[in-house]
Amino acid sequence: MGKAELPLHAPGTQLDRGYIGQSVPRPNLQRLLQGRGAFIDDLRFPRLAHVAFFRSPYAHARIKRLDFSKALKQPGIIGVFDGRAVAEYCTPWVAVLAHLKGIKSPPQHAIAIERACSQGEACAAVVAESRSQAEDAVGLIEAEWEELPVVVDMEEALQGKTLVHEDFDDNVCFRRELDTEGAAAAFERADVVVEDTFHFGRHTGVCLEGRAILADYNAGEHSLTVYHATQAPHMMQDIFSRHLNIPEANVRVITKDVGGSFGIKVHVYPDEMATAALSVMLRRPVKFVADRLESFLSDIHCREHRVRVRLACTKSGEILAFDLDDLTAIGPYSVYPRTSGIEGNQVVNLTGGPYRHREYRARLNVVFTNKNVTCQYRAVGHPIAVALTEGIVDLAAQKLGMDPAEFRRRNLIADDAYPYTFPSGIKFEKLSHHQCLEKLLAVMNYRELRAEQERLRNKNIYRGIGLAAMIEVTNPSPAFYGVGGARISAQDGATLRLEPTGMVTVMCSVTEQGQGTEAIFAQIAASAVGVSLEKIRVITGDTGVTPYGGGTWASRGAGIGGEAVLQAGRALRANILEVAAAILTLDRQELDVQRNQVINLLTGEVKLALAELGRVAYFRPDTLPLEFQSELTVTRHYTPRQYGFTFTNGIQASLVEVDADTGFVRLLGHWCVEDSGTVINPMLADEQLRGGIVQGIGAALYEECLYDPDGQLLNGNMADYLVPMAAEMPDIVCAHVETPTRQSQLGAKGVGEAGTAGAPAAVMNAINDALAPLGGARVTRMPFTPERILDGIARARSRA
Amino acid sequence: MDHALDITLTVNGTQVSRRVAPRQHLVDFLRDELGLTGSHVGCEHGVCGACTLRVDGEIVRGCLMLAVQANGCRVETIEGLSDSKELAPLQKAFHERNALQCGFCTPGMLMAAQDLVRQGNKVSRNQIRAHISGNYCRCTGYQAIVDAIEEVLRTEVIHGKG
Repeated sequence: MGKAELPLHAPGTQLDRGYIGQSVPRPNLQRLLQGRGAFIDDLRFPRLAHVAFFRSPYAHARIKRLDFSKALKQPGIIGVFDGRAVAEYCTPWVAVLAHLKGIKSPPQHAIAIERACSQGEACAAVVAESRSQAEDAVGLIEAEWEELPVVVDMEEALQGKTLVHEDFDDNVCFRRELDTEGAAAAFERADVVVEDTFHFGRHTGVCLEGRAILADYNAGEHSLTVYHATQAPHMMQDIFSRHLNIPEANVRVITKDVGGSFGIKVHVYPDEMATAALSVMLRRPVKFVADRLESFLSDIHCREHRVRVRLACTKSGEILAFDLDDLTAIGPYSVYPRTSGIEGNQVVNLTGGPYRHREYRARLNVVFTNKNVTCQYRAVGHPIAVALTEGIVDLAAQKLGMDPAEFRRRNLIADDAYPYTFPSGIKFEKLSHHQCLEKLLAVMNYRELRAEQERLRNKNIYRGIGLAAMIEVTNPSPAFYGVGGARISAQDGATLRLEPTGMVTVMCSVTEQGQGTEAIFAQIAASAVGVSLEKIRVITGDTGVTPYGGGTWASRGAGIGGEAVLQAGRALRANILEVAAAILTLDRQELDVQRNQVINLLTGEVKLALAELGRVAYFRPDTLPLEFQSELTVTRHYTPRQYGFTFTNGIQASLVEVDADTGFVRLLGHWCVEDSGTVINPMLADEQLRGGIVQGIGAALYEECLYDPDGQLLNGNMADYLVPMAAEMPDIVCAHVETPTRQSQLGAKGVGEAGTAGAPAAVMNAINDALAPLGGARVTRMPFTPERILDGIARARSRA
Repeated sequence: MDHALDITLTVNGTQVSRRVAPRQHLVDFLRDELGLTGSHVGCEHGVCGACTLRVDGEIVRGCLMLAVQANGCRVETIEGLSDSKELAPLQKAFHERNALQCGFCTPGMLMAAQDLVRQGNKVSRNQIRAHISGNYCRCTGYQAIVDAIEEVLRTEVIHGKG
């Protein structure tokens, strides 16, 4: 950043307390504000070739013949390749994990070889001197297809009359059943049983920057450098190495600026693997950037669940048991290497999570279909689990005639009940549901809103208030992927180096995709070492530079990467004091580092500037005792291991007004109280919540990938696939409860997914609360379009 | 390139002449021919606003205008308005309020916001939201962006710069 006019700290920042807990603006934003970032498509390389893909127009078809002759004659064409040609350089993969027992998926190639299993699957690659030349040539590829039967509906997929893959006996990718064994009895003895079926539309991430990769193979070194918009550079390094047969040490993955990821950019995509293979084949740099239509067709989709859920409770409002049956469709392949079984598995793990019932029964079926693949997108499974839980909890409260807040108060796990094991087997270290609930009710002025709602109902204005308590997976241990055999690191590392000038360079394996990772690492490092923030430079996203680690996913950057930075910072401070003691010939116990200087701990007297210490340590070590060697570069790693996940909790509320004539929903307010442990930067934490909430609102109200019965995507563009825009979004009030995890010294848990986890449920409950006076109208199929809301009202009226 | 056309235009105050394909979009021309990569390509069908530019004083979608249509025009991009300091107040407010996360929408968002600032009217939050409703941001949820623009508008109106 230049000699900026911008302050390095927000007004009110107190530097003497360290930077943790301060709303420090991100130091690395200037380049993005000036349009001088380095997104993949901004990079300029000599001899850069561009690839465009010939994609299947059918959801399921055999490739009988591909004729490239016309395409090859086009100007600027470097080569046209089919699946077999690319497979010579890139081996196929199978996305299964050992701990998801029974999960299956067929081998998947970078370019389809015999058969396309979904619309948009890449069946040939055209490489040209420009993208437009490549696209022109794609249009001249002639293909002969044999259309195969398609499976689009997930209920039909489960029945298995038509198979997506002939090599399998059925269309089931993964199945899981869970029963605490007392569930059936609990439902029998319950005073009240409520049941409903919820539908969750298939939607997608819509990162503003499409997926992007620039692979640069150097034949002289047999080395591959990949500039990749990814969340997990080391995971990709391993994958490029193994599937392209290049020694891992010869593969370097560099992640510069990434234009949004949200889980979309943490998976292995066939067209990206093909791009890397083509670079090897052609011995030159090759770039692929997914355009918007390709993004809708081939970025992972998510959700698409149909879930029947039941809740048993006593007439005094004590929840006894949950029972759920989840069916979800994932497309033709489980996505590599995380698999597409995780989302459904999370629904089973998490449903009912905030409450203290002891009985639980769940059944999950994950099926193959001939639509695009689905996999982990922001909050993975949580939006479904929270909506099921909170939707059925509201229905129970309604049936008992109890206020929804009071019903939750009676059933949320007590704040002093931890550590606590939930019936699905997950363990909570320490949560704060009741504190969060009470804080939310106060912040939103719940009682007054209820009174206002009542007044307005008399004027036929239908407002609704929806609550959604939640638990969220953060800081995952190796139990998430590593135990299943995936080469995905749950550990992260940080290297800190004191430079001769007194600057501190931080290199960390967690990546920056805009959430502010580099900013909080700067805050933690400055605080731990004892320097001011402008002395810190942070480097992330380069496997050739940073320690090994997992990257950015599952709300792990702050909690895991941050702890590694903290540990490394403390170690560096200790080493600095050793050097200072040697230079000053003083006892190191008398010294400390504060504000870029070594001081006397007792008197505060300045003894030595860090710049002077650096000068001596690097350039005049001859002046130090012979046996002394300074160590001003330190590396520390951290892996959470005591718990499978470090759960966070929180609660959201939505206030909506439903127009009963048009079915339109107006969002009037949204609140979120979140306990993510130690808050390192309140402004950034709030912005993670807000951004996440708006993505959740998108799922609740607008976003759905619509397919026709032939498996054709009907709305693969931004005019027809609606996303939240500024005019419709509410202001969002955020508040925090801080229960630091005791597993780490930093105490931070994750915050990146909480907003998305709870918002759909809060909005759904608010809509149904608004509709309640309209004959008990109720909607349970997301997204809640005006049409669906009007249908819900009409159904209720016809019942009456 | 049989049908290529010669164009001359002013980009960020500098006159440039190039021979371009008639089908080339203005934003691709700026990015690929001039190396001005600050204007981003998000949807290529005029919905997301990431490629918002200023042409002869009006904001336009760089993906909905052809380079040949800009012949003889005065084009301003995020790079130009950054260097001229015209965007400095908005950039400062965006920075302080974290009104950007990944930063991909930011150049277009700033160009759209500056258009509102230049109009110099006192506007409500809802009017700010309406003005930027053609600019998609997946990261922030928009509130911080609205806050930042509101702050600049307040300051500009007070100082009579509008």
